[in-house]
Amino acid sequence: MTLRARLTVKRDPFVLDIELSAAAGEVVALLGPNGAGKTTALRALAGLTGLHEGEIVLDGIRVDREPPERRRIGVVFQDYLLFPHLSALDNVAFGPRCRHVPRREAREQAARWLSRVGLAEHARKKPRQLSGGQAQRVALARALAAEPKLLLLDEPLAALDARTRLDTRAQLRHHLAGFGGATVLVTHDPLDALMLADRLVIVEEGRIVQTGDAATITAQPRTDYVARLVGLNLYRGRAEGGTVFLPDGFPLVTASAEHGEVFVAFPPSAVALYASRPDGSPRNTWQATVSSVARHGDALRIELAGEIPVAADVTPASAVHLDLAPGRQVWASVKATEVRAYRA
Amino acid sequence: MTATIATAVCLVLGVPLAWVLARADFPGRRLVRALVTVPLVLPPVVGGVALLLVFGRRGLLGGWLDATFGVSLPFTTAGVVLAEAFVAMPFLVISVEGALRGADARYEEAAATLGASKWTAFRRITLPLIAPGVLAGGVLCWARALGEFGATITFAGNFPGRTQTMPLAVYLALEQDADAAIVLSLILLVVSVTILAALRDKWVTA
Repeated sequence: MTLRARLTVKRDPFVLDIELSAAAGEVVALLGPNGAGKTTALRALAGLTGLHEGEIVLDGIRVDREPPERRRIGVVFQDYLLFPHLSALDNVAFGPRCRHVPRREAREQAARWLSRVGLAEHARKKPRQLSGGQAQRVALARALAAEPKLLLLDEPLAALDARTRLDTRAQLRHHLAGFGGATVLVTHDPLDALMLADRLVIVEEGRIVQTGDAATITAQPRTDYVARLVGLNLYRGRAEGGTVFLPDGFPLVTASAEHGEVFVAFPPSAVALYASRPDGSPRNTWQATVSSVARHGDALRIELAGEIPVAADVTPASAVHLDLAPGRQVWASVKATEVRAYRA
Repeated sequence: MTATIATAVCLVLGVPLAWVLARADFPGRRLVRALVTVPLVLPPVVGGVALLLVFGRRGLLGGWLDATFGVSLPFTTAGVVLAEAFVAMPFLVISVEGALRGADARYEEAAATLGASKWTAFRRITLPLIAPGVLAGGVLCWARALGEFGATITFAGNFPGRTQTMPLAVYLALEQDADAAIVLSLILLVVSVTILAALRDKWVTA
């Protein structure tokens, strides 16, 4: 049950143009900011939005000319779209019924799916009597009961509150692991993507900007969006041995030696701030102006303007000590051992 | 009686028509919608004349119907049904189209991803969702058909037992026996008020 797809959807002036693949049992996350075209990609796969070009191949069979009902592609919609006039059980039984499974048997199958997602006792309830987390699980059971070859999840946890989200995410992970087909999951939440997916595909403005497993992407972001997502300062420049020159000539000394076009990344926690020019190591030290201060976990995230824009994490104590407020001049420095360079 | 048949005709023709108007996007949709609603603004007598011109023995379709099938609609019970359906149809189509536009089309998409054909999705998902709208439209349609006068008398005439409807009987009775006319009128009034009272709850709760 493998997916191989090339999708081109034009919606002036927006153009979505991506290639996707997912192996049986693999969970691929499409991650990107709002408006990047993730949901359009999902709708195109399901056949709810037409393709301008490209193809969708499921198990070696082209399905892009088939109507949605013949593609065997299940969808869990962002707002679930449970049929409001049917009970949870009948919602789940809908898929099997459409495949001409006799009513009794379809209901038995549905009951098994509901108990698998832990909702056996809610089978007779109507969707509006279910909580958000329960509705999400019914939607998942409904999609899986139709025995799809490919499962698509559109922001599966976005509609849930923070607490329910945590539980539901863990359960979803468990159910996805038990699903034999390929899964494509769309999200703008990096945590969902990292927790649920085997492989990440980052989409920005209708194009894929980076793919890889969670470890690679968190360690070596290739766009500002990904860098912000994983909380790194990211720059692009030319490496000459142990020094990377950014476009305006600013030198950053790195731990590793590279040559040519590279990305340079370092975490905000590696940036140290001083009231006056620090003594000792003069490398990677520059003068900067505080442009904003915001709470970030236990620390404060300081955005600095200057020769290079940079985010720094400092403790509240040192922020008070340095009197950090927008407009304040400080010295910033980064240890070369914390700066990583990798090929662009 | 003829009003009930006319309502059935309207349901069979009107619900699919409303679906097309609400869901499909095709050139000339405005024109079709205008044509559907024209009986609302047209004086019913003019509607009857129009029907005569189309289905009359020498009409556009009537001549052909008469020649091929030996069927002649004017001044028959079927003619009454046709006249009533013509005048009452807009009430149903507008009501159902409104309900369809209010219902989320994405439920149909969800049904499709679960393997439902367009027809299955319509029958098992959309129709139950818009049932209140269809019911309200059906009752309005029935009430309009029941009260229909102008188009009926123009197109189908007023033959007792064949094409005489309640309003026609009232009109006739008024000229001959005023008491009978009052009784018939009261019956119509009671029926109408009962239906509207039943419907109002539906409108308020739906």
